[in-house]
Amino acid sequence: MTLTAQNSGNSASNARLPYDINRIRRDFPILKRDIGGVPLVYLDNAATSQKPVQVIAELTRFYRDHNANVHRGVHTLSVEATELYEGARSKIAAFIGASDPHEIIFTRGTTESINLVAHSWGRKHLQAGDEVVVSEIEHHSNIVPWQMLRDERGIVLKYIPMLPDGTLDLQVARSLIGPKTKLLSITAMSNALGTIVPLQELIPLAKAQGALVLVDGAQSVPHMAVDVQALGIDFLAFSGHKMLGPTGIGVLWGRMPVLESMDPFMGGGDMILNVTMEQSTWADVPAKFEAGTPNIADAIGLGAAVDYLSALGMDEVRRHEIEITDYALRRLGDVPGVTIFGPMDAQQRGGVVSFELEGVHPHDVGQVLDTKGVAIRTGHHCAQPVMAALDVPATARASFYIYNTTAEVDALASALEAASAFFGVRA
Amino acid sequence: MTTGSLLDDLYREILLDHYRQPRNHNPLDAPTCSADGSNPLCGDQVRIEVSVAGDRIVGISFSGRGCSISQASTSMMTEYVKGRSAEDARKGIDAFQQMMVTAESPGIEGFDDIEALIGVAKFPARVKCASLGWKTLEQALAGEGGAVTTDERSVEHA
Repeated sequence: MTLTAQNSGNSASNARLPYDINRIRRDFPILKRDIGGVPLVYLDNAATSQKPVQVIAELTRFYRDHNANVHRGVHTLSVEATELYEGARSKIAAFIGASDPHEIIFTRGTTESINLVAHSWGRKHLQAGDEVVVSEIEHHSNIVPWQMLRDERGIVLKYIPMLPDGTLDLQVARSLIGPKTKLLSITAMSNALGTIVPLQELIPLAKAQGALVLVDGAQSVPHMAVDVQALGIDFLAFSGHKMLGPTGIGVLWGRMPVLESMDPFMGGGDMILNVTMEQSTWADVPAKFEAGTPNIADAIGLGAAVDYLSALGMDEVRRHEIEITDYALRRLGDVPGVTIFGPMDAQQRGGVVSFELEGVHPHDVGQVLDTKGVAIRTGHHCAQPVMAALDVPATARASFYIYNTTAEVDALASALEAASAFFGVRA
Repeated sequence: MTTGSLLDDLYREILLDHYRQPRNHNPLDAPTCSADGSNPLCGDQVRIEVSVAGDRIVGISFSGRGCSISQASTSMMTEYVKGRSAEDARKGIDAFQQMMVTAESPGIEGFDDIEALIGVAKFPARVKCASLGWKTLEQALAGEGGAVTTDERSVEHA
């Protein structure tokens, strides 16, 4: 038997259907939900995306028909589970342009992927005085692991500053990245502001100094075509749950020679070649970094998510998001009292619009919107340095994905007008 | 406009009134004790200054920024405790916290307006906003100064 995902996404190389948003929406059962009697308008996709029936069915199918542990048994189910799990690895490798599926390491998510690099690469290769360059717009998960390594090893952590419009100061970046730089660890897209970082300008600066480059793709991989070889980077970290996949599964891609130079992350089963009472030797990459029984079902579910996105085409996904973001920037910009943060050109930002509503705290904005069925995120978005730079305690954030419509942006805008009226800020 | 009864339950008129026009919002000249409180996840901040003479709270003020519930609840709290004994204030703090759990009137004198916050108990995510000022007062009266948070979680996921 063949064990491939049973959905249309499998035919990624076939001729694509036109971008039909109604057809897409029918694939997401949760979008039919109502919230207190009004239709759900889900605009919190930068936090997590919803899941299509194809992914949900793939998870169910695995548990119903193929469940077994991987890499361990000669029995049929174990062979099937291994084939599905390794098949997902291959799909993901192809999705990001990796030449070798063994360069795909399954983790719990972006956070674990970055921590893996800090632990296994950083501790092996960095010494006191070595510099790691990040930016002011990073998610906490690309700041805290390096701060921990700094405190442990005496490395120096440097930040490329943010300009008032939410973009990075490339002038300063050129002077920050120097001979002591050993790693540039940078987001491809800010989760708080949507800023798309000009990687093609930053990566050569690091490469010219012989430094490695890690890209935090948590917000970019779900929303645009990413090709690790074309970018010329060394690590890419991303999460499954923000790209239609299950929670609890993520990816670290690394260039094979770099991965081979690293020590294991955790010790245990599956990551060893041989264990005696005295010592152990390590398995090859990626097993070396996947100690213990992996998250088999969710990895397979992520494979189905990748099939779904591939069938749509990432260029089409991006085109749709530019369209809806452009509409949202104009529509929300017309709502009295709304201030939008970040770049105002939809080409320069992902489908994320962070804003404040004059006189109404983001928490109250979110509460009023919830009564209209509109789900947005409020708070610091795990990017407190960005909030500090903007001098706001928190923002409200709407973020879009493949299934969002301009009608939903209209629902957001009128809910914001209702919030203003309710709090009596504007007549 | 229609906002739904659920929303009206949460944001009662008296609450909005305190949010728009906070009471006791001018700093004291010579506070005898003070404390700072915050909910980092929401961005709620309050600072409370108290003047205690003998056992009586003769002056109280608050400052800060945050959501309507945190600021209005703190404003109502200052009105309640002003002129009362420190012991009565502590009873009020306990009664308020009880009210956030039971969603019932604690039936104590002077709580009429404050009972408008009963609706908050139905919104678990907002109880910590409503409690911030009261917890911060508790800290100030305990003379511990320092910082208070009513956030139970210390991390946020985006």
